[in-house]
Amino acid sequence: MKHLQPINQKAGKIEHYLEHDVVALSGQPRGYTVPQQPDSPHIPMGCSLVFSPGWEVDRSGGTAGLCQPVERDLFDCHLGCFWPAHVPDQLNHSPDWTSKCAAAQKDWRSLDIIFP
Amino acid sequence: MTVRTAVALTTREYHPFEAAGRRFVYMVPSAAVFGLDETSAAVLDALGERRMSADDLADDLADRFVPDDVRQTVNELMQVHAIGEAGVLQEPMSRQMPPTPFPLTTMVLNVTNQCNLSCGYCYEYGDDKIVDTENGAQPKFMSEETARQSVEFMLEESRDIETVNLTFFGGETLMNFPVLQKTVEYARGRAAEMGKGIRFSLTTNATLLRADIIEWLADNDIGVTVSIDGPKEMQDELRVFKGNGRGTYDVVAPKVRELLRRHKSRPICARVTLTRNVLDVMRIYKHLTEEMGFWEVGFAPVTSSSSRDYAIGDEGFTAMLDQFNELAEDFLEAALENRHHGFSNIKDTIEEIHKGVSKAYPCGAGLGLMGVATDGDVALCHRFAGSDEHKLGTVESGIDHGLQQEFLEKHHLANKTDCHTCWARPLCSGGCYHEAYTRYGTTARPNLHYCEWIRSWTDTCLRIYGELAERNPGYLAIFDG
Repeated sequence: MKHLQPINQKAGKIEHYLEHDVVALSGQPRGYTVPQQPDSPHIPMGCSLVFSPGWEVDRSGGTAGLCQPVERDLFDCHLGCFWPAHVPDQLNHSPDWTSKCAAAQKDWRSLDIIFP
Repeated sequence: MTVRTAVALTTREYHPFEAAGRRFVYMVPSAAVFGLDETSAAVLDALGERRMSADDLADDLADRFVPDDVRQTVNELMQVHAIGEAGVLQEPMSRQMPPTPFPLTTMVLNVTNQCNLSCGYCYEYGDDKIVDTENGAQPKFMSEETARQSVEFMLEESRDIETVNLTFFGGETLMNFPVLQKTVEYARGRAAEMGKGIRFSLTTNATLLRADIIEWLADNDIGVTVSIDGPKEMQDELRVFKGNGRGTYDVVAPKVRELLRRHKSRPICARVTLTRNVLDVMRIYKHLTEEMGFWEVGFAPVTSSSSRDYAIGDEGFTAMLDQFNELAEDFLEAALENRHHGFSNIKDTIEEIHKGVSKAYPCGAGLGLMGVATDGDVALCHRFAGSDEHKLGTVESGIDHGLQQEFLEKHHLANKTDCHTCWARPLCSGGCYHEAYTRYGTTARPNLHYCEWIRSWTDTCLRIYGELAERNPGYLAIFDG
């Protein structure tokens, strides 16, 4: 490290780890400027699991592969959200609500509006 | 070509401090200390409370620093977790448990629960006592048999540890001197048979010291800590004889001087309890070291519920802190010249800072240290010895590892959510179990009444550490290893 000087023993251990383990293993040259991106495509997680201003961009600023905010929000509430959200009651009234929506990105228009 | 990145960054947990004209960060929770250069200091300042990307920072600082240098600094700061991506949840606090079975390194043997003094603040006799030592079922003095069993217990539970520590405690330890003497002899023999080293120490109020006892302590390399509160008027304020209530200074002072004159095989330390009217730290320190000759002096504010008339109020804490800071400067002056200084509080903390200790538990109680009551019951530490609620086994049957595990799980720092936003938690970890029990009725609560004090004192210790690291790093070698 050039701009941080390890002072105590723990700092020395961290520096040693970073110089000898992490950097060597990742094969990254020193001083790279972009944090390593994960190999798999970035999939934003449920709305309340991360604090994020919205789905307009992904974590590296990209816009590819994102669905529109509205239907993604609704569909994510239906699937992965632990918070009680305004989605149709699939247990009692609308068991087949998602039957016409095999892939949300493509079929989101088929999701019906339900009046309870 | 540098890829533009819009990743928003924010600062993570660290405590900044300055020493010897340089800026440092104390990282939380790793407890690493890094010195900053101009670029890293500027990056942290520029980021402050804001969210900015590495490019924003490079642009922001372009008039003073080369952009690529700023980006590299950002990268370094990210690697040590001083900054991180905004909106990305930090890892939850580690709940890693200590390896089991955890070896016992120190056993505190309460050889008696009786005392010839009745110090107003004593946690064994005062208003906040946990165990009834007057009318309780426990024997008032530990028998030789129980002491022997305790030694066997300690050697057994120390497992692979090469050198164990046996500390005698009370009550007034010397009221059971015959058993103490025989136990030392027995333990030394048994440790030798098992190929282990053993160190002995005791705490005493010094009133019962006699020439022959002092001789024996010196000959047997027994470390001695004397509970003493300072010059006459301070010592006599609360450290008084049972029965007549008279102050103890005039009895204690000549005996202590004799002890210090004769006993040179181990350092002799004073242990001071600070109370509302006994707060003149500098004067106490000078008296006990320069005038009496103690090697080290350790200070501890009294443990009491807040309503006691000897409890230290908020103003008292501020005054105490000012004096601790003054004494810390005194220590720094000595350490810069490689001179000995006997302010043990700061040395203990600086050692922990130097090593980068980050604790899940405030102390070794219930882990590597346990206290044994006169009847052989094993508890968290000497302060809980004899309390059924805090019992972890008996010297006869050994440690109840189920109970111990339950204790360790319940008291892990991960459960002390109040502490999770505090930068001092690697060193404090919620503070003394006994203090918490006295204040809040449970050992599991962090001691929120002295948070400000701990943070301020830790900041002082970090600053002193920084001064030493910059101006006399060779001194810190005494804390290596």
